[in-house]
Amino acid sequence: MKTLLKFAFKRGLAALPLLFFLPFITLCLMHAIPGNYFDSLRMNPQISAETIAQYEKNYHLGAPLILQYGYWLKNLLRLDLGFSFAYQQPVLSVLKSRAWNTFLLSGASILFAWGIALPLGLLAAIKRNRWQDRILRGVSYLGLSFPNFFLCLLFLYLAYRTGGLPLSGMRSVHYDALTWAGKVTDIAQHMIIPVLILGGGSACHLFRLMRAQTVEVLDKDFVLQLEASRIPRRTILFRHVLRNAVNPLVTLFGMELPALFSGAALVEIFTGWPGLGQVMLSAVRSQDLFLVLGNMLVISFLLICGNLISDVLLIGIDPRIRAWNPPGRSTS
Amino acid sequence: MKTVFGNTKIKRWLLPAALLGTVFICSAGADWLAPYSPQAESRTYAYHPPSRVHFRDGQGKLSLFRPFVYQTRLSFDSLRRRHYTEETGEKFYLKFFGRRFISVPEPAKIYLLGTDPRGRDVFSRILFGTRVSLAAALLGVALATTIGFLVGGIAGYFGGWTDHFLMRVSEFFIMIPGFYLLLALRSTLPAGLDSRQTFLLIVLILSMIGWGSLSRVVRGMTLSLKEREFVAAAKVLGRGPFGILTRHILPHLVSYLGVAVSLAIPGYILGESALSLLGLGIQDPDVSLGNLLQDCMSIPSIQLSPWVLAPGFWLAFISFCFYLLGDRIAQSGEIQ
Repeated sequence: MKTLLKFAFKRGLAALPLLFFLPFITLCLMHAIPGNYFDSLRMNPQISAETIAQYEKNYHLGAPLILQYGYWLKNLLRLDLGFSFAYQQPVLSVLKSRAWNTFLLSGASILFAWGIALPLGLLAAIKRNRWQDRILRGVSYLGLSFPNFFLCLLFLYLAYRTGGLPLSGMRSVHYDALTWAGKVTDIAQHMIIPVLILGGGSACHLFRLMRAQTVEVLDKDFVLQLEASRIPRRTILFRHVLRNAVNPLVTLFGMELPALFSGAALVEIFTGWPGLGQVMLSAVRSQDLFLVLGNMLVISFLLICGNLISDVLLIGIDPRIRAWNPPGRSTS
Repeated sequence: MKTVFGNTKIKRWLLPAALLGTVFICSAGADWLAPYSPQAESRTYAYHPPSRVHFRDGQGKLSLFRPFVYQTRLSFDSLRRRHYTEETGEKFYLKFFGRRFISVPEPAKIYLLGTDPRGRDVFSRILFGTRVSLAAALLGVALATTIGFLVGGIAGYFGGWTDHFLMRVSEFFIMIPGFYLLLALRSTLPAGLDSRQTFLLIVLILSMIGWGSLSRVVRGMTLSLKEREFVAAAKVLGRGPFGILTRHILPHLVSYLGVAVSLAIPGYILGESALSLLGLGIQDPDVSLGNLLQDCMSIPSIQLSPWVLAPGFWLAFISFCFYLLGDRIAQSGEIQ
């Protein structure tokens, strides 16, 4: 346990540069854009040029790049992510609930995807080239082919026609009046479509990987030997094959996370789920500098957490790594 | 190339090849295959449903080999919804293989997949949009593969700190969620770009996202390949590192790259269309599969004119073809 903690700490430390590098790159990009958020205010005759100049000075918008980054870092030490111009409140308070929403959506999607992809992948591998396998493979290709956003549109239309599911957002209008259980079911109902789309998409991907891995393991000699030893098929599958097949997938979990967040951003935008992706789009469009930076910071934080989790999980699953030294992300 | 095409039956290549061939011909020959120009508007025909092609007229007289359409007239019902009714008086026979693949004499129109809100032919727009989307995806993938191969190859071949540095960089690009990078990169560019610049920009952005994961695999394979005798032999014979990479290592990667590329192309197509759909990519007078889908962003328009969904299904079909191709290459080669 102690080594585990030490390892997690080490990995976290190694990932720290990424945490600050991503916002830095973003800042560089934002710096390259001509103009800033206040350009649109300049059009407003009720706001004087002095006020705007004052604002720009307050937020160091005219400062050189490195200085701007320095100020941002300095404020970050006090957990101050700056001020969102568009929302007129601190970035942290804008992002807090959004980050939770994105986390909720992605978490549920991950559970959903793994929940269906692993058993089905196993099934398809066992029934290799039989009709079950063919159908599942076909479905997974279809699922991969349909773009997330298009599926969103289709599902929303279906929901509209059938009238059973809420169309967008995360909460109903009367959310505040609901009981505790009512609130949970309300959010759950709103989650169905986004999770189906997001989780379904990554399930297709996972399914293919799982099938390929299982097929590979099934062909190994030790499986033949186990079968020859008259060990029940069920035991072979779940104790021996499954564990070996899942192993590489856990490493991939960390690598898949960025794709999941991108997908989540698109799904959020189309289903009106109030998450980070949605904020990012509007913030980028309105050049809301600190909101964009904060968003990138939160996203990289979530990514690093996900990678840490996958590393730790891998140690838990694979005794070889425990005996060996901690895995680096760079496999050499 | 033997690793790709060796010991396979031609049969399994037939399906993806035929499907993809159709897609390519459709996009390449759009100028001739499309009945109308993608920009040609006829405002009086907004949200026109797909034209009905008749083989039999009102009197039951068959004309199987000379299909015809009727002219349509627009009327509004009490809810101000559009209704197009056919005027069965005059027949307008379809003309094949003329200046366009299909055409009808004016004033009748042939809209195989209906029209969009501005009365532009969806079918024609899909054909032209495919050209743009496909070109963006293929160029993007080519660029990403080149970068990925070079970076991965150099990292794997030289090793040491070069390897370390290059892999940290590529790791960084892998770690960024693509969509956020898309947004950030796209936002840096001034709004007033012309369409060609936007197109090139999208290609660049897409390849920036894609090269990372490829370079890691290429590096891994190069690491093991460079220990083989033929590399040592080439070295002794005086070939430089670049020559070894392109002449001796690249051929061994071809089948892997083939799979990777064809499985990656759908991602590029989807990336382009997501950008364009959000209004950050190719913009209106120009068409791409993404901005065609802007018309189905609202539920009423899907309900009243479901044919605006057609570009989405076509997009899915194209992706499916590429996945199929990748799958077939993977099955035929000895790819782990």
